[in-house]
This record gives sequence, C-alpha cells and structure tokens, in this order.
Amino acid sequence: MLKKLALSAVTALALSAGGVHAAGGEGGHIENIDFSFDGMFGAYDQFQLQRGLKVYTEVCSACHGMTYVPLRTLGDEGGPHFSAAEVRAYAAENFTVYDPETDEDVPAKPVDHFPASNDENAPDLSLMAKKRAGFHGPSGSGINQLLKGMGGPEYIVAILTGYHEAPDCAPEDFDGYYNVAFAPGGYPEECVDDHGHRTVPGSWIGMAPPLDDGLVEFDDGHDNSLHHMSEDAAAFLMWAAEPKMMARKRTGLIGVIMLSILACLLYLTNKRLWAPHKPKKH
Amino acid sequence: MSGIPHDHYEPKTRIEKWLDSRLPVVGLLYGTLMIPTPKNLNWWWIWGIVLAFCLVLQIVTGIVLVMHYTPHVDLAFASIEHIMRDVNGGHFLRYLHMNGASLFFFAVYIHIFRGLYYGSYKSPREVTWIVGMLIYILMMATGFMGYVLPWGQMSFWGATVITGLFGAIPFIGEGLQTFLLGGPAVDNATLNRFFSLHYLLPFVIAALVVVHIWAFHTTGNNNPAGVEVRKGSKAEAEKDTLPFWPYFVIKDLFALVVILILFWAVVGFMPNYLGHPDNYIEANPLVTPAHIVPEWYYLPFYAILRAFTSEVWVVMFASWITGGIVTAKFFGVLAMFGAIIIIALAPWLDTSRIRSGRFRPMFKWYFWLLVIDFIALMWLGAMPAEEPYATWSLIAAAYWFAYFLVILPILGVIEKPLPMPATIEDDFNAKYGKKAGTPAE
Repeated sequence: MLKKLALSAVTALALSAGGVHAAGGEGGHIENIDFSFDGMFGAYDQFQLQRGLKVYTEVCSACHGMTYVPLRTLGDEGGPHFSAAEVRAYAAENFTVYDPETDEDVPAKPVDHFPASNDENAPDLSLMAKKRAGFHGPSGSGINQLLKGMGGPEYIVAILTGYHEAPDCAPEDFDGYYNVAFAPGGYPEECVDDHGHRTVPGSWIGMAPPLDDGLVEFDDGHDNSLHHMSEDAAAFLMWAAEPKMMARKRTGLIGVIMLSILACLLYLTNKRLWAPHKPKKH
Repeated sequence: MSGIPHDHYEPKTRIEKWLDSRLPVVGLLYGTLMIPTPKNLNWWWIWGIVLAFCLVLQIVTGIVLVMHYTPHVDLAFASIEHIMRDVNGGHFLRYLHMNGASLFFFAVYIHIFRGLYYGSYKSPREVTWIVGMLIYILMMATGFMGYVLPWGQMSFWGATVITGLFGAIPFIGEGLQTFLLGGPAVDNATLNRFFSLHYLLPFVIAALVVVHIWAFHTTGNNNPAGVEVRKGSKAEAEKDTLPFWPYFVIKDLFALVVILILFWAVVGFMPNYLGHPDNYIEANPLVTPAHIVPEWYYLPFYAILRAFTSEVWVVMFASWITGGIVTAKFFGVLAMFGAIIIIALAPWLDTSRIRSGRFRPMFKWYFWLLVIDFIALMWLGAMPAEEPYATWSLIAAAYWFAYFLVILPILGVIEKPLPMPATIEDDFNAKYGKKAGTPAE
C-alpha cells in the first residue's frame, strides 16, 4: 500500500510537472521574497496592503489602471480593510467617473471600479500578480513553483527594483530603460555576440523607473526605501489579483481537516467490514 | 444484469409490488448496487468511483458557473473576474471546476493504465473498453472547449492552434476548420459554439458512463488475477465475489476521500499551479504568446503531434508516395489521433490469452516502459520545439506506437506466462488467508 501510494505520488508529481513550463524567456534571476501571504497559513498584512495602495495611488495610477477591482473591496475583510467612510473618502478624493446623465465627471463612489489605464502602453494591473510567473523550471518540471509559489509578486518587485545603468554595449539613444528582470522588451543588436547569445540579462522596458528611495511617505513612518515600497506595491497587487485568497485558504484548511476526519472514519469502517473475510490480517 | 449468479430483488411490500410491476426501478438499483464483485480487487480499482465523482463535480460546479458567465468575446473575461470577485463562493467554485478537470484527467489516465496492465480490455470486455475510450475522447473535447471559455490568451491561441489541426486535413481541411470556428478565425461565433458544446458533452459523457457500467456489469469486473469468476452456481460464485454494497462502496469511498484531501489542498492552497499565467491576460488576436502550451493532460499527445516534422523520413516517405497530399502537419495530426485510437484497438492487437500483467514476465517491463514513455511525452510536450527535445519526442512517440503495433502482438506468441491461481478465491486467500471452516478448493 505504501509503495503504491509513493508510486502514485511520484506519478502525480510527474503529471503536474508537465503543466508548468517556462514562459517569458530569459529574464534576470528573480529572488524569492518571504511575503506574509506565502504558504498554507499565510495571510495578507492589512497595513502592508494599505501602504501598497498608497504607492499605487501616488505613483502607478498615473499611467496604469485596475478596471476589474471595485473600489468598495478596499473595505473588505482579508484586504486593506478600510472603514466604509475611508473607502468613500478615498474614492471621491482620487478618482472621477463620467456621469452620462449630467454629462460631466463626478467624484467616484465605492460602487465604481478603479479607472482604466491612462496610457495605452501601460497594462492594466488588476491581474498583474497572477499573469506573470516569477519562477520556472527547473527543466519544465514545475518544482520551483511547487516550492516557492508562482512568483507573481516577486516578479513585480524584480521589475520595480531591476533598473540599472545601461550596459556599455548598448547605443546611447536606444529606446527604453534597461531593466535586468524584464525579458520581452527591446534589445540592441550590439549586445548580441557572434553566436546569437545575449551578453547582458534583461532587456529595455518602456516604463521609466517609477520608484525611488523615499518617493512615497507612509503615514505610519514605515521604511520607504525602494525595495520596501516595491514589496508593498507587489503585495497590494497580489491582493488586487486574488482578493479572496484568505477566504480560499480558510475553506481549503477546513475542507482538508473535515475530509481527513471522514477518511479516518471510512478507514476504520472499511477495516471492520472486511475483517471477517481477511483472517490472515487480523 | 450480470452473468454471475446472484440473488435478485423480490418486491415484498404492497407498494414495492405496485411499483415493480409498472417500473422495475428498485430492482435495477438493487441489481446494480448488489452486483457480485471479485473480492480480490486491489487499490487500482478505485479510480472508477473517482471518475464518477469528477463528472458530477464538474457538472454541478459548471451549472452554477454558467449562471454567472457570459459567452461573449467582450464580456467573457470580465464575467470570470466577476465570478472570482463578486459571486458568493464564486472563486472557490471556479477553482474547483478548473482543478476538477485536472483531477478528472489524472484519474482517467490511471484508470486507463490500470486497464492496460491487467488486460481489462480483453475478451469479453472489448465493448466496455471501446466505450471507455469514447468517453475519454469526449473528455478531451469537453476540456479543450472549456479552456477556451475564460477567453484568456491561452484560451484563444490554444483554440487557434488546435482548430488549425483540422485545417491540415487535405481537400476538406480549410472548409472544416471554418465550419468548426463559425468563421475564418477564432471569434465570438467560436466562443458561443464551444460554450454550447461544453455544456452538452458532459451529459453525453454521463450517458456513455451508464453504457460503460452496463457493459462491465454484463461481463462482470475484471480483477488483478485476470481469472473469471466461477459462474457454475450461486454458491461457487459467492466464493469468488462479495456484493458491491457495502464492501466496495465503503472501500471506494475511503479511497475517494483520501484523494479529495489532496484535491482540496490543491484548490485551497495552490489553485493556479496547474494553470498557465498567460490565461490571466485577456485574449488578444494581435499578440501571440511566447509559448503556446496546452493543458498538462494533452501534452503527451501534443508531443506526438509535434514529433513528426518534415525532416523525419517516414513523413518524407508518406509525403512522396502520396504526391504531397500528406504534409508534415497532416502527418502529425494523423499520428496524434492515431496514438489515441490505437489504445482502443488494444483488444485486437494483444495476442496474449493471459489477462493480468502479473503473470506476464516480459510484458511487465514493456508496460512500465510505456508508463515512463507517457510521462516523458508529457514533459516533452511542454518543452520548446527544438533539439534535443524534437529527437526525444520522436523516440518516445515511436515507442508508443511500437508498444501497441509490435510488442503486444509479438509478446503473446513468444512469452511464457507464470503459474496462475485457478480461482479468484485462491488468489484472495493466498494474500489474506482463508476463512476458518471453508474447505480448500
């Protein structure tokens, strides 16, 4: 039985391995970050989400939108969990929506969604933390994603902190900004060697470096270095992409516990039922 | 229903007699539940129940999802986000449905390989086997169309690539592809017809499941020893069997719940692990993803499809002899469908009279190599179409066909089987001991 279970487990691993593959090409190395919401019992840090929202509001939202996220969900438990009054104030202060009846822009209400991107080249951020995988492989096995998670928020941090001086091989006027974590961007031919291999990691991204040390002041005086702000923004975007994560993990845990109890009961029932027919085992 | 002698339902109360003379539904249920089942069935025989559960799970979660889903290219993606964010419990329902498909295929693969190892396809169970393969093919179609519905990038491009396969068929291909898509490219008409069929096919599967069960209830289950239940008398049959209820119902339920613990953990803690991040990007006909990869459960056959490029000599030969009608792409399509259909032909390709792989010393090795081959193909299907993966895919695809077309027919002739138990009772008693007071055969 044990042997068979082990065998099934190996098969399961092998099967799941096929499903997860490398996408996106050769980006730079992406560091695993110990987020509060990692793992089976991980939960969003309400205050980190609030800080992330501030970064989003003051910086990201200048270009990027978040159309799938309703403003009212900022008040949800398991999210930033603002009070109803705070959500109302936040919506009215920061965003406007077009009212077709009066033909003018009016302050947004909690029922409205975050607005769409202002810049057509700036992708919508609603699902950014789920539509990018930071971790791949090794060799298409999917083991890294099993151990570290999909790596969406890690990818966002890597991009936000991945801006470097352009390497010497690149022409001065090459379009975009050099980012070591960004794979699919433009790449100067001068940086490709005779064998067709790229000599420097990453590529050139259209987005100018959005964050800098101390750019956003947090109300709670939290560390606002580039890396901390990036982590807060990434955590917030993870919540935006997966707002029901806490509820899902709770349902998962309760289900696993209940099913385990049921499995024990069924195991004992089964053993007892078959016992008269299996004298050698009893 | 079963050919194995056993007690039949006798209506006792007045109401039972009244109903039975009009519609013998209680008798049918009784016969189905109390069917004599070989008592030596091992744990590989539990996947049928898991599959039945999967079908019910997918239909029930699917029906609720449909209440909130909108099959329109402009609204489909947003309606999925609506389910994930606004519908009560919607996120969990959707993840159950998404991962339920994976559990469904995981179970069906083990179920099929169980059948291949223990010779469940052999006479007299060929019809059960064929119906099973039909169910599997319908599952593939249903899963594929379901994956298109969220209208993400992989939905769109997966649909484009797979329907393109039909376009590779000579003469009628292009027209057929247009007919399938409802237009020249994947668009709203495609989404709508896939939605319609994705809702319909599970019920066709359910009907075929009834036929599948009907067929093997007629022949009786196969079992790990591969010897038939003695059918001379009821007393004799009872030495080899136990009724399905309660013995196998409880056993199967226990196994099902153990599997569901794992399933529930995947849904609760890593629901996107088996999915593809690109499908969280809304479909865009103008942007092709870097790698278009189907869901994990199609990968082995996808690898076979891609293995046959125009540089492979069989492909060149086929192209030359048909005057170019068989292109490399069409050859790949034939190979892919052939790789599935060939499984259905196993009853006639396998010449061995021994059912169970347990007593086939040479077969065992080739069988386990086939399992490894299948897993290797799955991995290769996810790899980019470049060396060394292309060559490996070709070798792995070649073994897949060789197993059915060469190894199974030859083994039956040259293999010397191991000694087998005379009866199921002997097989069972060898492992679990015989009941005190039961005379030995």
